[in-house]
Amino acid sequence: MLNRFMQMRLRDLVILAVILFALPLFLNNPFHYDLATQMAIIAATVVGLNLLVGFAGQISLGHAGFFGLGAYFTGIMTSNYGWSSVPALVVGAILVGIVAWIVGRPILRLKGHYLSMATLAVGFIIAIILNNERALTGGPDGMPVPAFNVFGWELSPFGSYNLLGMELNGSEAWYLFAAVVLLVAVWLAQNLIDSPIGRALRSVHGSEVAARVVGVDTARYKSLVFVVSAIYASAMGSLYAHFQGFITPAVAGFDFSILFITMVVLGGMGSTMGVILGAVVLKLLPQVLADFQELETVMFGAILMLTMIFMPKGLLPTIQMAVGKRMKKKAGGQA
Amino acid sequence: MSALIEVKGLDKAFGGVHAVEGVSFSVEAGQVYSVIGPNGAGKTTLFNLISGLYTPTKGEIRLKGESTAKLEPNQLAERGMCRTFQQMQICMNMSAIENVMLGRHLKLRSNLFTTLFRLPSLLRDEKACRERAAELMEFVGCGDYLDTEASAMSYGALKRLEIARALAADPKVILLDEPAAGLNAVETAALEKLIRKIADQGTTVMLVEHDMKLVMGISDRLLVLNYGRVLAEGTPEEIRNNPDVIAAYLGG
Repeated sequence: MLNRFMQMRLRDLVILAVILFALPLFLNNPFHYDLATQMAIIAATVVGLNLLVGFAGQISLGHAGFFGLGAYFTGIMTSNYGWSSVPALVVGAILVGIVAWIVGRPILRLKGHYLSMATLAVGFIIAIILNNERALTGGPDGMPVPAFNVFGWELSPFGSYNLLGMELNGSEAWYLFAAVVLLVAVWLAQNLIDSPIGRALRSVHGSEVAARVVGVDTARYKSLVFVVSAIYASAMGSLYAHFQGFITPAVAGFDFSILFITMVVLGGMGSTMGVILGAVVLKLLPQVLADFQELETVMFGAILMLTMIFMPKGLLPTIQMAVGKRMKKKAGGQA
Repeated sequence: MSALIEVKGLDKAFGGVHAVEGVSFSVEAGQVYSVIGPNGAGKTTLFNLISGLYTPTKGEIRLKGESTAKLEPNQLAERGMCRTFQQMQICMNMSAIENVMLGRHLKLRSNLFTTLFRLPSLLRDEKACRERAAELMEFVGCGDYLDTEASAMSYGALKRLEIARALAADPKVILLDEPAAGLNAVETAALEKLIRKIADQGTTVMLVEHDMKLVMGISDRLLVLNYGRVLAEGTPEEIRNNPDVIAAYLGG
Protein backbone atom coordinates (compact mmCIF):
# COMPACT_ATOMS: atom_id res chain seq x y z
CA MET A 1 0.00 0.00 0.00
CA LEU A 2 1.47 3.30 -1.09
CA ASN A 3 0.21 6.09 1.09
CA ARG A 4 -0.35 9.60 -0.20
CA PHE A 5 2.97 10.81 1.10
CA MET A 6 4.93 8.05 -0.61
CA GLN A 7 3.22 8.69 -3.93
CA MET A 8 4.01 12.40 -3.72
CA ARG A 9 7.58 11.66 -2.79
CA LEU A 10 8.16 9.31 -5.65
CA ARG A 11 6.55 11.74 -8.08
CA ASP A 12 8.65 14.64 -6.82
CA LEU A 13 11.90 12.69 -7.00
CA VAL A 14 11.19 11.49 -10.55
CA ILE A 15 10.24 14.98 -11.73
CA LEU A 16 13.36 16.45 -10.16
CA ALA A 17 15.58 13.77 -11.72
CA VAL A 18 14.06 14.34 -15.16
CA ILE A 19 14.56 18.09 -14.91
CA LEU A 20 18.13 17.76 -13.64
CA PHE A 21 19.21 15.33 -16.34
CA ALA A 22 17.31 17.09 -19.14
CA LEU A 23 18.70 20.49 -18.21
CA PRO A 24 22.04 20.01 -20.06
CA LEU A 25 20.03 20.18 -23.31
CA PHE A 26 19.52 23.87 -22.57
CA LEU A 27 22.96 24.65 -21.20
CA ASN A 28 25.28 25.92 -23.93
CA ASN A 29 28.51 26.94 -22.28
CA PRO A 30 30.63 26.36 -19.18
CA PHE A 31 29.23 29.51 -17.59
CA HIS A 32 25.71 28.06 -17.69
CA TYR A 33 26.97 24.79 -16.24
CA ASP A 34 28.78 26.59 -13.44
CA LEU A 35 25.66 28.53 -12.58
CA ALA A 36 23.56 25.35 -12.56
CA THR A 37 26.14 23.60 -10.38
CA GLN A 38 26.08 26.45 -7.87
CA MET A 39 22.28 26.31 -7.89
CA ALA A 40 22.25 22.58 -7.16
CA ILE A 41 24.71 22.92 -4.25
CA ILE A 42 22.86 25.88 -2.77
CA ALA A 43 19.51 24.14 -3.34
CA ALA A 44 20.72 21.11 -1.36
CA THR A 45 21.76 23.45 1.48
CA VAL A 46 18.33 25.05 1.46
CA VAL A 47 16.60 21.65 1.43
CA GLY A 48 18.41 21.02 4.72
CA LEU A 49 17.52 24.43 6.13
CA ASN A 50 13.89 23.84 5.17
CA LEU A 51 13.82 20.85 7.55
CA LEU A 52 14.44 23.30 10.37
CA VAL A 53 12.42 26.27 9.13
CA GLY A 54 9.63 24.78 7.05
CA PHE A 55 8.95 21.56 8.91
CA ALA A 56 9.95 22.18 12.51
CA GLY A 57 8.99 25.86 12.42
CA GLN A 58 12.24 27.14 13.95
CA ILE A 59 14.30 29.89 12.37
CA SER A 60 18.00 30.26 11.70
CA LEU A 61 19.43 33.52 10.42
CA GLY A 62 22.95 32.21 10.80
CA HIS A 63 23.03 29.12 8.66
CA ALA A 64 25.73 30.47 6.40
CA GLY A 65 27.94 30.15 9.47
CA PHE A 66 27.69 26.35 9.25
CA PHE A 67 28.08 26.48 5.47
CA GLY A 68 31.22 28.56 5.94
CA LEU A 69 32.61 26.28 8.64
CA GLY A 70 32.23 23.29 6.31
CA ALA A 71 33.85 25.22 3.44
CA TYR A 72 36.81 26.32 5.55
CA PHE A 73 37.34 22.97 7.24
CA THR A 74 37.58 21.39 3.81
CA GLY A 75 39.79 24.22 2.55
CA ILE A 76 42.21 24.01 5.47
CA MET A 77 42.42 20.24 5.72
CA THR A 78 42.80 19.58 2.00
CA SER A 79 45.21 22.39 1.17
CA ASN A 80 47.28 22.64 4.37
CA TYR A 81 47.19 19.06 5.63
CA GLY A 82 46.79 17.11 2.41
CA TRP A 83 43.56 15.39 3.42
CA SER A 84 41.45 13.77 0.75
CA SER A 85 38.08 15.46 0.03
CA VAL A 86 35.68 12.86 1.37
CA PRO A 87 37.21 12.50 4.84
CA ALA A 88 37.48 16.30 5.06
CA LEU A 89 33.79 16.65 4.16
CA VAL A 90 32.67 13.94 6.56
CA VAL A 91 34.82 14.97 9.53
CA GLY A 92 33.89 18.61 8.90
CA ALA A 93 30.20 17.76 8.87
CA ILE A 94 30.50 15.77 12.11
CA LEU A 95 32.38 18.61 13.83
CA VAL A 96 29.87 21.19 12.61
CA GLY A 97 27.08 18.89 13.83
CA ILE A 98 28.68 18.86 17.27
CA VAL A 99 29.07 22.66 17.23
CA ALA A 100 25.41 23.00 16.20
CA TRP A 101 24.34 20.68 19.02
CA ILE A 102 26.30 22.61 21.64
CA VAL A 103 25.01 25.95 20.36
CA GLY A 104 21.50 24.73 19.60
CA ARG A 105 20.73 23.18 22.96
CA PRO A 106 20.56 26.53 24.83
CA ILE A 107 19.33 28.84 22.03
CA LEU A 108 16.51 26.62 20.79
CA ARG A 109 14.73 27.27 24.07
CA LEU A 110 14.10 30.72 22.62
CA LYS A 111 11.18 31.46 20.37
CA GLY A 112 10.37 33.92 17.58
CA HIS A 113 12.45 37.09 17.46
CA TYR A 114 14.74 35.94 20.26
CA LEU A 115 15.67 32.80 18.35
CA SER A 116 16.26 34.91 15.21
CA MET A 117 18.62 37.18 17.13
CA ALA A 118 20.50 34.29 18.72
CA THR A 119 21.03 32.45 15.41
CA LEU A 120 22.00 35.73 13.75
CA ALA A 121 24.66 36.15 16.43
CA VAL A 122 25.94 32.60 15.88
CA GLY A 123 26.41 33.38 12.18
CA PHE A 124 28.20 36.65 12.93
CA ILE A 125 30.55 35.05 15.45
CA ILE A 126 31.56 32.34 12.97
CA ALA A 127 32.15 34.91 10.22
CA ILE A 128 34.24 37.05 12.58
CA ILE A 129 36.36 34.08 13.61
CA LEU A 130 37.00 33.14 9.98
CA ASN A 131 37.95 36.76 9.27
CA ASN A 132 40.36 37.05 12.17
CA GLU A 133 42.13 33.68 12.20
CA ARG A 134 44.46 34.80 9.44
CA ALA A 135 47.05 32.10 10.03
CA LEU A 136 44.51 29.38 9.30
CA THR A 137 41.98 30.99 6.99
CA GLY A 138 43.90 33.70 5.20
CA GLY A 139 41.58 36.26 6.77
CA PRO A 140 39.49 38.56 4.57
CA ASP A 141 41.69 37.74 1.54
CA GLY A 142 40.37 34.19 1.52
CA MET A 143 42.16 30.98 0.66
CA PRO A 144 42.49 28.67 -2.33
CA VAL A 145 40.96 25.19 -2.18
CA PRO A 146 42.28 22.29 -4.26
CA ALA A 147 40.01 20.32 -6.62
CA PHE A 148 37.66 17.66 -5.26
CA ASN A 149 39.58 14.39 -5.13
CA VAL A 150 38.89 10.81 -4.16
CA PHE A 151 41.79 8.32 -4.04
CA GLY A 152 43.86 10.49 -6.35
CA TRP A 153 41.02 10.95 -8.84
CA GLU A 154 40.28 14.63 -9.30
CA LEU A 155 37.09 16.44 -10.23
CA SER A 156 38.15 19.83 -11.46
CA PRO A 157 36.17 22.40 -13.47
CA PHE A 158 39.14 22.47 -15.83
CA GLY A 159 39.54 18.72 -16.33
CA SER A 160 38.02 16.47 -18.97
CA TYR A 161 36.25 13.22 -18.26
CA ASN A 162 34.75 10.19 -19.87
CA LEU A 163 31.49 8.86 -18.46
CA LEU A 164 30.07 5.72 -20.12
CA GLY A 165 31.49 6.82 -23.45
CA MET A 166 30.36 10.44 -23.13
CA GLU A 167 33.05 13.08 -23.34
CA LEU A 168 32.51 15.62 -20.55
CA ASN A 169 34.41 18.74 -19.76
CA GLY A 170 35.04 19.73 -16.14
CA SER A 171 31.99 21.99 -15.86
CA GLU A 172 29.67 19.31 -17.20
CA ALA A 173 31.11 16.68 -14.90
CA TRP A 174 30.71 18.96 -11.88
CA TYR A 175 27.12 19.66 -12.84
CA LEU A 176 26.26 15.96 -13.02
CA PHE A 177 27.97 15.37 -9.69
CA ALA A 178 26.05 18.25 -8.06
CA ALA A 179 22.78 17.01 -9.59
CA VAL A 180 23.28 13.58 -8.05
CA VAL A 181 24.18 15.17 -4.71
CA LEU A 182 20.98 17.24 -4.82
CA LEU A 183 18.88 14.15 -5.58
CA VAL A 184 20.44 12.31 -2.64
CA ALA A 185 19.90 15.35 -0.39
CA VAL A 186 16.23 15.48 -1.37
CA TRP A 187 15.79 11.74 -0.93
CA LEU A 188 17.28 11.84 2.57
CA ALA A 189 15.18 14.86 3.52
CA GLN A 190 12.01 13.16 2.31
CA ASN A 191 12.87 10.02 4.24
CA LEU A 192 13.30 12.09 7.35
CA ILE A 193 10.03 13.97 6.92
CA ASP A 194 7.89 10.88 6.32
CA SER A 195 8.89 9.02 9.48
CA PRO A 196 8.21 9.04 13.22
CA ILE A 197 11.02 11.57 13.61
CA GLY A 198 9.53 13.71 10.84
CA ARG A 199 6.09 13.66 12.41
CA ALA A 200 7.59 14.69 15.73
CA LEU A 201 9.38 17.57 13.99
CA ARG A 202 6.27 18.72 12.20
CA SER A 203 4.25 18.48 15.41
CA VAL A 204 6.66 20.93 17.07
CA HIS A 205 5.53 23.35 14.36
CA GLY A 206 1.86 22.30 14.29
CA SER A 207 1.20 22.33 18.02
CA GLU A 208 4.01 22.17 20.52
CA VAL A 209 1.55 21.42 23.33
CA ALA A 210 0.11 18.46 21.44
CA ALA A 211 3.62 17.25 20.73
CA ARG A 212 4.51 17.31 24.41
CA VAL A 213 1.42 15.50 25.67
CA VAL A 214 1.83 12.65 23.18
CA GLY A 215 5.35 12.20 24.50
CA VAL A 216 7.57 14.12 22.08
CA ASP A 217 10.65 15.51 23.83
CA THR A 218 10.40 18.77 21.91
CA ALA A 219 13.73 20.19 23.08
CA ARG A 220 15.54 17.08 21.84
CA TYR A 221 13.86 17.13 18.44
CA LYS A 222 14.54 20.84 17.92
CA SER A 223 18.25 20.20 18.62
CA LEU A 224 18.21 17.18 16.33
CA VAL A 225 16.79 19.04 13.35
CA PHE A 226 19.11 21.98 13.99
CA VAL A 227 22.06 19.58 13.87
CA VAL A 228 20.79 17.83 10.73
CA SER A 229 20.29 21.12 8.89
CA ALA A 230 23.74 22.32 10.01
CA ILE A 231 25.27 19.09 8.68
CA TYR A 232 23.55 19.65 5.34
CA ALA A 233 24.99 23.18 5.26
CA SER A 234 28.47 22.01 6.23
CA ALA A 235 28.62 19.21 3.65
CA MET A 236 27.39 21.54 0.91
CA GLY A 237 29.84 24.21 2.07
CA SER A 238 32.63 21.66 1.58
CA LEU A 239 31.50 20.92 -1.99
CA TYR A 240 31.05 24.62 -2.70
CA ALA A 241 34.62 25.30 -1.59
CA HIS A 242 35.99 22.61 -3.92
CA PHE A 243 33.86 23.80 -6.79
CA GLN A 244 34.76 27.49 -6.44
CA GLY A 245 38.41 26.72 -5.81
CA PHE A 246 38.67 29.84 -3.66
CA ILE A 247 36.74 30.92 -0.58
CA THR A 248 36.46 34.10 1.47
CA PRO A 249 34.71 34.64 4.83
CA ALA A 250 31.74 35.97 2.80
CA VAL A 251 30.56 32.33 2.47
CA ALA A 252 29.78 32.44 6.21
CA GLY A 253 28.42 35.97 6.11
CA PHE A 254 25.12 37.60 6.86
CA ASP A 255 24.21 38.10 3.18
CA PHE A 256 24.47 34.39 2.55
CA SER A 257 22.34 33.54 5.59
CA ILE A 258 19.64 35.93 4.41
CA LEU A 259 19.86 34.51 0.89
CA PHE A 260 19.24 30.98 2.26
CA ILE A 261 16.27 32.06 4.35
CA THR A 262 14.82 34.07 1.44
CA MET A 263 15.05 30.98 -0.78
CA VAL A 264 13.08 28.96 1.78
CA VAL A 265 10.39 31.60 2.27
CA LEU A 266 10.08 32.44 -1.42
CA GLY A 267 10.00 28.83 -2.61
CA GLY A 268 7.61 27.64 0.06
CA MET A 269 8.30 26.71 3.66
CA GLY A 270 7.70 23.03 4.17
CA SER A 271 7.83 22.22 0.46
CA THR A 272 11.05 20.47 -0.54
CA MET A 273 10.48 21.04 -4.25
CA GLY A 274 9.41 24.60 -3.51
CA VAL A 275 12.63 25.62 -1.80
CA ILE A 276 14.62 24.20 -4.72
CA LEU A 277 12.61 26.47 -7.00
CA GLY A 278 13.32 29.32 -4.58
CA ALA A 279 17.04 28.62 -4.84
CA VAL A 280 16.89 28.57 -8.65
CA VAL A 281 14.92 31.81 -8.88
CA LEU A 282 17.15 33.71 -6.48
CA LYS A 283 20.35 32.48 -8.15
CA LEU A 284 18.98 33.45 -11.56
CA LEU A 285 17.68 36.85 -10.59
CA PRO A 286 21.08 38.57 -10.19
CA GLN A 287 22.07 37.22 -13.64
CA VAL A 288 18.94 38.61 -15.25
CA LEU A 289 19.24 41.92 -13.43
CA ALA A 290 23.03 42.20 -13.67
CA ASP A 291 22.79 45.94 -14.40
CA PHE A 292 21.29 46.65 -10.98
CA GLN A 293 23.91 44.76 -9.01
CA GLU A 294 24.19 47.34 -6.25
CA LEU A 295 20.49 46.94 -5.53
CA GLU A 296 20.72 43.17 -4.98
CA THR A 297 20.24 43.26 -1.21
CA VAL A 298 17.35 45.68 -1.56
CA MET A 299 15.74 43.30 -4.04
CA PHE A 300 16.10 40.31 -1.73
CA GLY A 301 14.51 42.32 1.06
CA ALA A 302 11.64 43.37 -1.20
CA ILE A 303 11.12 39.79 -2.42
CA LEU A 304 11.05 38.49 1.14
CA MET A 305 8.49 41.09 2.18
CA LEU A 306 6.26 40.73 -0.86
CA THR A 307 6.27 36.94 -0.57
CA MET A 308 5.27 37.09 3.09
CA ILE A 309 2.42 39.48 2.31
CA PHE A 310 1.07 38.07 -0.94
CA MET A 311 2.20 34.43 -0.98
CA PRO A 312 2.69 33.36 2.62
CA LYS A 313 2.77 29.74 1.49
CA GLY A 314 5.52 30.46 -1.04
CA LEU A 315 5.91 30.25 -4.79
CA LEU A 316 5.47 26.55 -5.56
CA PRO A 317 2.59 25.77 -3.13
CA THR A 318 0.75 28.86 -4.41
CA ILE A 319 1.20 27.76 -8.03
CA GLN A 320 0.15 24.21 -7.16
CA MET A 321 -2.99 25.48 -5.44
CA ALA A 322 -3.89 27.72 -8.36
CA VAL A 323 -3.39 24.87 -10.85
CA GLY A 324 -5.37 22.50 -8.63
CA LYS A 325 -8.27 24.96 -8.48
CA ARG A 326 -8.32 25.41 -12.26
CA MET A 327 -8.28 21.68 -12.87
CA LYS A 328 -11.19 21.25 -10.47
CA LYS A 329 -13.10 24.02 -12.21
CA LYS A 330 -12.50 22.37 -15.58
CA ALA A 331 -13.55 18.96 -14.29
CA GLY A 332 -16.64 20.54 -12.72
CA GLY A 333 -17.53 22.26 -16.02
CA GLN A 334 -17.36 19.03 -17.98
CA ALA A 335 -19.50 17.06 -15.54
CA MET B 1 -4.11 -1.10 46.40
CA SER B 2 -3.23 2.54 45.91
CA ALA B 3 -5.21 4.70 43.54
CA LEU B 4 -4.08 5.37 39.94
CA ILE B 5 -4.14 9.12 40.45
CA GLU B 6 -3.87 10.66 43.90
CA VAL B 7 -4.15 14.39 44.37
CA LYS B 8 -3.34 15.90 47.79
CA GLY B 9 -3.77 19.51 48.87
CA LEU B 10 -3.25 20.81 45.34
CA ASP B 11 -2.85 24.56 44.96
CA LYS B 12 -2.24 26.70 41.90
CA ALA B 13 -2.04 30.47 42.12
CA PHE B 14 -1.70 32.86 39.19
CA GLY B 15 -0.50 36.05 40.87
CA GLY B 16 -3.01 36.55 43.64
CA VAL B 17 -5.72 34.40 42.10
CA HIS B 18 -6.07 30.88 43.41
CA ALA B 19 -7.35 28.93 40.39
CA VAL B 20 -7.15 25.69 42.33
CA GLU B 21 -7.00 25.62 46.12
CA GLY B 22 -6.60 22.72 48.51
CA VAL B 23 -7.98 20.11 46.13
CA SER B 24 -7.65 16.44 47.12
CA PHE B 25 -9.18 13.37 45.51
CA SER B 26 -8.20 10.04 44.08
CA VAL B 27 -9.11 8.13 40.95
CA GLU B 28 -9.13 4.32 40.93
CA ALA B 29 -8.01 2.44 37.84
CA GLY B 30 -10.84 1.67 35.45
CA GLN B 31 -13.14 4.44 36.62
CA VAL B 32 -14.81 7.16 34.62
CA TYR B 33 -14.10 10.15 36.82
CA SER B 34 -15.62 13.51 35.96
CA VAL B 35 -14.80 17.01 37.11
CA ILE B 36 -17.66 19.48 36.93
CA GLY B 37 -18.23 23.02 38.07
CA PRO B 38 -19.24 26.44 36.80
CA ASN B 39 -17.04 28.37 34.35
CA GLY B 40 -13.82 29.51 36.00
CA ALA B 41 -14.09 26.85 38.71
CA GLY B 42 -10.56 25.62 37.91
CA LYS B 43 -11.37 22.45 35.98
CA THR B 44 -9.02 23.03 33.07
CA THR B 45 -6.32 24.31 35.42
CA LEU B 46 -6.68 21.06 37.34
CA PHE B 47 -6.22 19.09 34.09
CA ASN B 48 -3.19 21.18 33.14
CA LEU B 49 -1.70 20.41 36.54
CA ILE B 50 -2.37 16.68 36.29
CA SER B 51 -0.96 16.46 32.75
CA GLY B 52 2.17 18.39 33.75
CA LEU B 53 1.64 21.53 31.66
CA TYR B 54 1.46 23.58 34.88
CA THR B 55 3.57 23.15 38.01
CA PRO B 56 1.58 23.18 41.25
CA THR B 57 2.18 26.03 43.69
CA LYS B 58 1.60 23.61 46.56
CA GLY B 59 0.47 20.04 47.07
CA GLU B 60 1.27 16.93 45.12
CA ILE B 61 -0.01 14.62 42.43
CA ARG B 62 0.88 10.94 42.36
CA LEU B 63 0.50 8.73 39.33
CA LYS B 64 0.62 5.07 40.33
CA GLY B 65 2.27 6.17 43.57
CA GLU B 66 4.99 8.20 41.87
CA SER B 67 5.13 11.96 42.47
CA THR B 68 4.78 13.84 39.18
CA ALA B 69 6.28 17.11 40.46
CA LYS B 70 9.50 16.85 38.44
CA LEU B 71 8.01 15.25 35.32
CA GLU B 72 7.52 16.97 31.97
CA PRO B 73 4.34 16.29 29.98
CA ASN B 74 6.25 13.96 27.64
CA GLN B 75 7.52 11.97 30.63
CA LEU B 76 3.97 11.67 31.94
CA ALA B 77 2.97 10.40 28.51
CA GLU B 78 5.67 7.73 28.87
CA ARG B 79 3.95 6.67 32.09
CA GLY B 80 0.62 6.23 30.36
CA MET B 81 -1.12 9.58 30.59
CA CYS B 82 -2.69 11.18 27.54
CA ARG B 83 -5.14 14.00 27.06
CA THR B 84 -7.24 16.14 24.75
CA PHE B 85 -7.83 19.86 24.97
CA GLN B 86 -10.80 22.16 25.24
CA GLN B 87 -9.07 24.33 22.64
CA MET B 88 -8.18 21.50 20.31
CA GLN B 89 -4.48 20.95 19.69
CA ILE B 90 -4.33 19.38 16.25
CA CYS B 91 -1.32 19.67 13.98
CA MET B 92 -2.90 21.40 11.01
CA ASN B 93 0.25 20.92 8.95
CA MET B 94 -0.35 17.16 8.80
CA SER B 95 -2.95 14.78 7.49
CA ALA B 96 -5.55 13.26 9.81
CA ILE B 97 -3.89 9.88 10.04
CA GLU B 98 -0.48 11.43 10.62
CA ASN B 99 -1.91 13.19 13.66
CA VAL B 100 -3.00 9.83 15.04
CA MET B 101 0.32 8.23 14.09
CA LEU B 102 2.00 11.04 16.02
CA GLY B 103 0.07 9.81 19.03
CA ARG B 104 1.96 6.52 18.76
CA HIS B 105 5.27 8.35 18.94
CA LEU B 106 6.38 6.60 22.13
CA LYS B 107 5.64 3.13 20.77
CA LEU B 108 7.97 3.54 17.81
CA ARG B 109 11.61 2.57 17.87
CA SER B 110 13.42 4.56 15.25
CA ASN B 111 16.76 6.25 14.99
CA LEU B 112 18.24 8.70 12.54
CA PHE B 113 20.04 5.96 10.64
CA THR B 114 17.07 3.67 9.95
CA THR B 115 15.04 6.79 9.14
CA LEU B 116 17.41 8.43 6.67
CA PHE B 117 17.91 5.24 4.68
CA ARG B 118 14.36 3.92 5.13
CA LEU B 119 15.54 0.51 6.27
CA PRO B 120 13.05 -2.39 6.35
CA SER B 121 12.69 -2.27 10.14
CA LEU B 122 11.38 1.29 9.89
CA LEU B 123 8.99 0.44 7.06
CA ARG B 124 7.59 -2.48 9.05
CA ASP B 125 7.02 -0.28 12.10
CA GLU B 126 5.44 2.46 10.00
CA LYS B 127 3.08 0.00 8.32
CA ALA B 128 1.95 -1.39 11.67
CA CYS B 129 1.61 2.12 13.06
CA ARG B 130 -0.50 3.21 10.11
CA GLU B 131 -2.77 0.20 10.43
CA ARG B 132 -3.26 0.80 14.14
CA ALA B 133 -3.96 4.50 13.49
CA ALA B 134 -6.54 3.62 10.83
CA GLU B 135 -8.17 1.19 13.28
CA LEU B 136 -8.38 3.89 15.93
CA MET B 137 -9.84 6.39 13.49
CA GLU B 138 -12.47 3.80 12.63
CA PHE B 139 -13.03 3.26 16.38
CA VAL B 140 -13.72 6.95 17.07
CA GLY B 141 -15.71 7.35 13.87
CA CYS B 142 -13.39 9.26 11.53
CA GLY B 143 -12.60 6.29 9.32
CA ASP B 144 -13.52 8.26 6.21
CA TYR B 145 -10.86 10.90 6.72
CA LEU B 146 -7.63 8.87 6.70
CA ASP B 147 -5.59 10.94 4.24
CA THR B 148 -7.57 14.16 4.56
CA GLU B 149 -5.54 17.19 5.58
CA ALA B 150 -6.43 18.03 9.18
CA SER B 151 -7.01 21.63 8.13
CA ALA B 152 -9.85 20.47 5.85
CA MET B 153 -11.81 18.60 8.55
CA SER B 154 -14.94 19.70 10.41
CA TYR B 155 -14.89 20.66 14.09
CA GLY B 156 -16.72 17.53 15.24
CA ALA B 157 -14.40 15.24 13.27
CA LEU B 158 -11.33 16.98 14.68
CA LYS B 159 -12.63 16.49 18.23
CA ARG B 160 -12.88 12.74 17.59
CA LEU B 161 -9.51 12.78 15.84
CA GLU B 162 -7.92 14.24 18.96
CA ILE B 163 -9.35 11.39 21.02
CA ALA B 164 -7.95 8.88 18.53
CA ARG B 165 -4.54 10.51 18.86
CA ALA B 166 -4.69 10.27 22.65
CA LEU B 167 -5.71 6.60 22.43
CA ALA B 168 -2.91 5.82 20.00
CA ALA B 169 -0.41 5.79 22.86
CA ASP B 170 -2.35 2.94 24.54
CA PRO B 171 -2.72 5.13 27.63
CA LYS B 172 -3.61 3.90 31.12
CA VAL B 173 -5.52 7.10 31.73
CA ILE B 174 -6.98 9.55 29.25
CA LEU B 175 -7.98 13.09 30.19
CA LEU B 176 -10.79 14.53 28.07
CA ASP B 177 -11.29 18.29 28.43
CA GLU B 178 -14.85 19.21 27.37
CA PRO B 179 -15.11 16.69 24.55
CA ALA B 180 -18.80 17.53 24.01
CA ALA B 181 -18.33 21.30 23.75
CA GLY B 182 -19.65 22.50 20.43
CA LEU B 183 -21.19 19.15 19.48
CA ASN B 184 -24.88 18.72 18.64
CA ALA B 185 -27.16 16.18 20.35
CA VAL B 186 -26.47 13.39 17.86
CA GLU B 187 -22.72 13.90 18.07
CA THR B 188 -22.91 14.00 21.87
CA ALA B 189 -24.77 10.69 21.95
CA ALA B 190 -22.06 9.18 19.74
CA LEU B 191 -19.44 10.62 22.06
CA GLU B 192 -21.11 9.04 25.09
CA LYS B 193 -20.95 5.65 23.38
CA LEU B 194 -17.32 6.23 22.51
CA ILE B 195 -16.35 7.12 26.09
CA ARG B 196 -18.12 3.97 27.29
CA LYS B 197 -16.21 1.90 24.76
CA ILE B 198 -12.93 3.42 25.93
CA ALA B 199 -13.79 2.71 29.57
CA ASP B 200 -14.90 -0.84 28.75
CA GLN B 201 -11.45 -1.51 27.34
CA GLY B 202 -10.06 -0.83 30.80
CA THR B 203 -8.73 2.67 30.18
CA THR B 204 -9.33 5.08 33.05
CA VAL B 205 -11.14 8.17 31.84
CA MET B 206 -11.02 11.60 33.46
CA LEU B 207 -13.55 13.98 32.07
CA VAL B 208 -14.19 17.71 32.32
CA GLU B 209 -17.62 18.38 30.92
CA HIS B 210 -20.54 20.77 31.06
CA ASP B 211 -23.16 18.49 29.59
CA MET B 212 -24.86 17.21 32.78
CA LYS B 213 -26.83 14.50 31.06
CA LEU B 214 -23.65 13.06 29.57
CA VAL B 215 -21.68 13.34 32.82
CA MET B 216 -24.34 11.87 35.10
CA GLY B 217 -24.91 9.00 32.67
CA ILE B 218 -21.36 7.71 32.33
CA SER B 219 -19.41 8.72 35.43
CA ASP B 220 -18.52 6.35 38.27
CA ARG B 221 -17.56 9.28 40.46
CA LEU B 222 -17.70 13.05 40.22
CA LEU B 223 -15.72 15.92 41.65
CA VAL B 224 -17.50 19.25 41.89
CA LEU B 225 -15.31 22.36 41.92
CA ASN B 226 -16.42 25.87 42.77
CA TYR B 227 -14.01 28.84 42.88
CA GLY B 228 -11.10 26.40 42.80
CA ARG B 229 -12.23 24.44 45.87
CA VAL B 230 -13.87 21.05 46.18
CA LEU B 231 -17.56 21.49 46.77
CA ALA B 232 -18.46 17.82 46.76
CA GLU B 233 -17.17 14.43 45.69
CA GLY B 234 -19.05 11.19 45.21
CA THR B 235 -21.18 9.02 42.96
CA PRO B 236 -23.62 10.67 40.54
CA GLU B 237 -26.44 9.76 42.94
CA GLU B 238 -24.73 11.46 45.90
CA ILE B 239 -23.91 14.55 43.84
CA ARG B 240 -27.45 14.87 42.54
CA ASN B 241 -28.76 14.92 46.11
CA ASN B 242 -26.07 17.13 47.63
CA PRO B 243 -27.70 20.40 48.76
CA ASP B 244 -24.48 22.46 48.29
CA VAL B 245 -24.15 21.30 44.73
CA ILE B 246 -27.78 21.98 43.98
CA ALA B 247 -27.46 25.48 45.36
CA ALA B 248 -24.18 26.35 43.61
CA TYR B 249 -24.43 24.62 40.32
CA LEU B 250 -27.44 22.60 39.38
CA GLY B 251 -29.55 25.64 40.15
CA GLY B 252 -32.23 23.86 42.17
